Amino acid sequence: MTAATVFFALLFYAATLLGVGGLAWRIRDYARTPAPLKIPTTPAPTTTGGVVLRMLREVLLFESLFKANLWIWLFGWMFHVALALVLVRHLRYFTEPVWFWVAWLQPFGLYGGLAMAAGLAALWARRFLVERIRYISTPSDHLMLALLLGIAASGLWMKFLAHTDIINLKAFALGLILFDWQPLPAHPLLYVHLLLVALLIAIFPYSKLLHAPGIFFSPGRNQADNPRERRHIAPWAAEMDKAKV
Amino acid sequence: MATQVTAPPLKPYPVIPILEVGAMANTKTFPANAPMQEALGFPGELVEDWHDKAIGKLGELLGKYRSLKVYLDACVHCGACTDKCHYFLGTGDPKNMPVARQDLLRKVYRRHFTWSGKLFPKLVGAEDLTKAVLDDWYSYFNQCSECRRCSVFCPYGIDTAEITMAAREVMDSIGLGPKYTNEIIGKVHKVGNNLGLPGPALRDTVSSIEEDLKEETGLDIRLPVDEKGAEVLLVTPSADFFAEPHVYSLMGYAKVFHAAGISWTLSTHASEAGNFGLFIGNYGQMQKIATRVREGILDLGAKRLVVGECGHAWRVAYNFWNTLIGPFDFLDPNYPVPQHICELTYDLIQSGAIAFDKSANDKYVVTFHDSCNVARASRMGGMPGGQFEIPRAIVRAVANKFVEMNPETIREKTFCCGGGGGLLSDDLMDLRVKGALPRMEALQAVVESDGVNFMATICAICKAQFSKVLPYYKFNMSMVGGVHQLVGNAIRLGSK
Repeated sequence: MTAATVFFALLFYAATLLGVGGLAWRIRDYARTPAPLKIPTTPAPTTTGGVVLRMLREVLLFESLFKANLWIWLFGWMFHVALALVLVRHLRYFTEPVWFWVAWLQPFGLYGGLAMAAGLAALWARRFLVERIRYISTPSDHLMLALLLGIAASGLWMKFLAHTDIINLKAFALGLILFDWQPLPAHPLLYVHLLLVALLIAIFPYSKLLHAPGIFFSPGRNQADNPRERRHIAPWAAEMDKAKV
Repeated sequence: MATQVTAPPLKPYPVIPILEVGAMANTKTFPANAPMQEALGFPGELVEDWHDKAIGKLGELLGKYRSLKVYLDACVHCGACTDKCHYFLGTGDPKNMPVARQDLLRKVYRRHFTWSGKLFPKLVGAEDLTKAVLDDWYSYFNQCSECRRCSVFCPYGIDTAEITMAAREVMDSIGLGPKYTNEIIGKVHKVGNNLGLPGPALRDTVSSIEEDLKEETGLDIRLPVDEKGAEVLLVTPSADFFAEPHVYSLMGYAKVFHAAGISWTLSTHASEAGNFGLFIGNYGQMQKIATRVREGILDLGAKRLVVGECGHAWRVAYNFWNTLIGPFDFLDPNYPVPQHICELTYDLIQSGAIAFDKSANDKYVVTFHDSCNVARASRMGGMPGGQFEIPRAIVRAVANKFVEMNPETIREKTFCCGGGGGLLSDDLMDLRVKGALPRMEALQAVVESDGVNFMATICAICKAQFSKVLPYYKFNMSMVGGVHQLVGNAIRLGSK
């Protein structure tokens, strides 16, 4: 058992704890915070089924962003879909036997990796080239793109230029899940890749990556437009009413 | 503090301005004085420990409003909203970009309520609430009309209006309220309406309108006040009683009720549809203002509740009345509660209960300005988007010539008139004129292409704002008017 194996094993447990634990805490917090008034951005669906469809269009197609700006939509959507493909491709390291659809999507995952890097680069370029977006960008906006681009670049590098031992890497990954540690292949680029991924997982719930769970809790998008038909009242508002009577 | 009012030149097509940092930093609406503040239960002036009080209030609001919490967390600075605000397009001040406006509050939220902002403030753009930041809050959160245009385009639906309301609520709680809004709310509590028109004056005004109607039509078209047992209680913005062109819409409502034979009444107690509690994001104030409506209808025993032409009022009525002052189980279940005057008129047109001589409006080439709160924060009729179709259907039914403006500037993408959200104040005239730019450009285009000479709208604030602002852009101020002004012109009232 090398020092690197122990380090990365502990790192991933810690990152998962921070990431998943933090995310659960944020989601619980969102869910428990009342939405006292009906504020869907209209025109809005009048039924729950309609709201589900609206949310699906937002999450899968980025409908609102499409209305806003075609360039941001193009690069942003490309990045996110590519990221999803890449994540699916990586499932092969965590499943044995590999699920058939994961196997089937492997080649697309590869294109995904390239598209992900391209999308990120274009999104980053906007932060320099467009005056308005330069104005609103904070250091963390740049660093987040750097982090993701670093992950993509180190991954692609290992795929195309400096292969690592993916058989043993898979053994390491499965070992983490089963709490039966296996040695991590010694490979500097792999270390970089894993370090950045662990960092990404760890900071997820403490950064703007909260947009992912956030959209599902956005009252502007997740409320049905039915205020005349159904009385909507938050617990703290009901208390106010009681106090008055 | 007389600022110069300048209208930007109208361009043939929309252009996103070059940033002019700090251009509007010194544009500050007058603060409310101590009696105005105290009448609403707010401190009279900036309190000693304003910093701690403000942070405390922000924490309280974060626990009460999911919208605020999620919206402060979710922004990724993608930039989709940066060119969507009329105040940014008109002024070029980057802090009038929706995301930058939100960030004024977000940076303080990050500093005090997030780990990343506590540990690495510089990295995530977190900042302490200094006096300079508070000054920026007062300037720029009073340069947002809460029109929600940015929220249409945000991939997470982040609504700057929610952030602005929270910021105003925090500022009110430390003694820093806007004079225009808070003075008016005080008048509603005391007298019953935004104009401060007491009951007897209201009766006088209404009877002189009846005389005008008699002169115009030869008929006894009534505007009943406080009549018990009437079927409909009409609650309308008080501007309808006094201001032009508002009053022509009021005459239009009266003619509709008369022609359809519906008994109706106004109420001196509930003589205001507007609800400026919305603008300062204060649930309690909003509820207190709305309560007059519940009291009014219970007292008069009307069976239906109808709301006149007013944008934010319709938002509050449609979305919030059921929550704030409901349930309305004592009203006629055959009609929506509340019902918009346009819904009522539209239904009467559909059923053939009223008819029109469209040629009465032939002097007009009409376009329709969607009011922000109606378009993006409410509905009419049974279908999503009815708030766009129903007023247009009425205009088409009463006028022969109707033209749409640029599709990027109407319906859900409509531009605010520039005077909404509590900014319809003379001390903000420069901002109002500049904020009207996108609408004026769209109007200019149809004036040139189709000879449009009437812009119909269904909002008291839009009407007042455009009447003031149109001349700055070399348009005639009487180009703006209500949908029911057109209805009133064309409706057949039987024998003359």
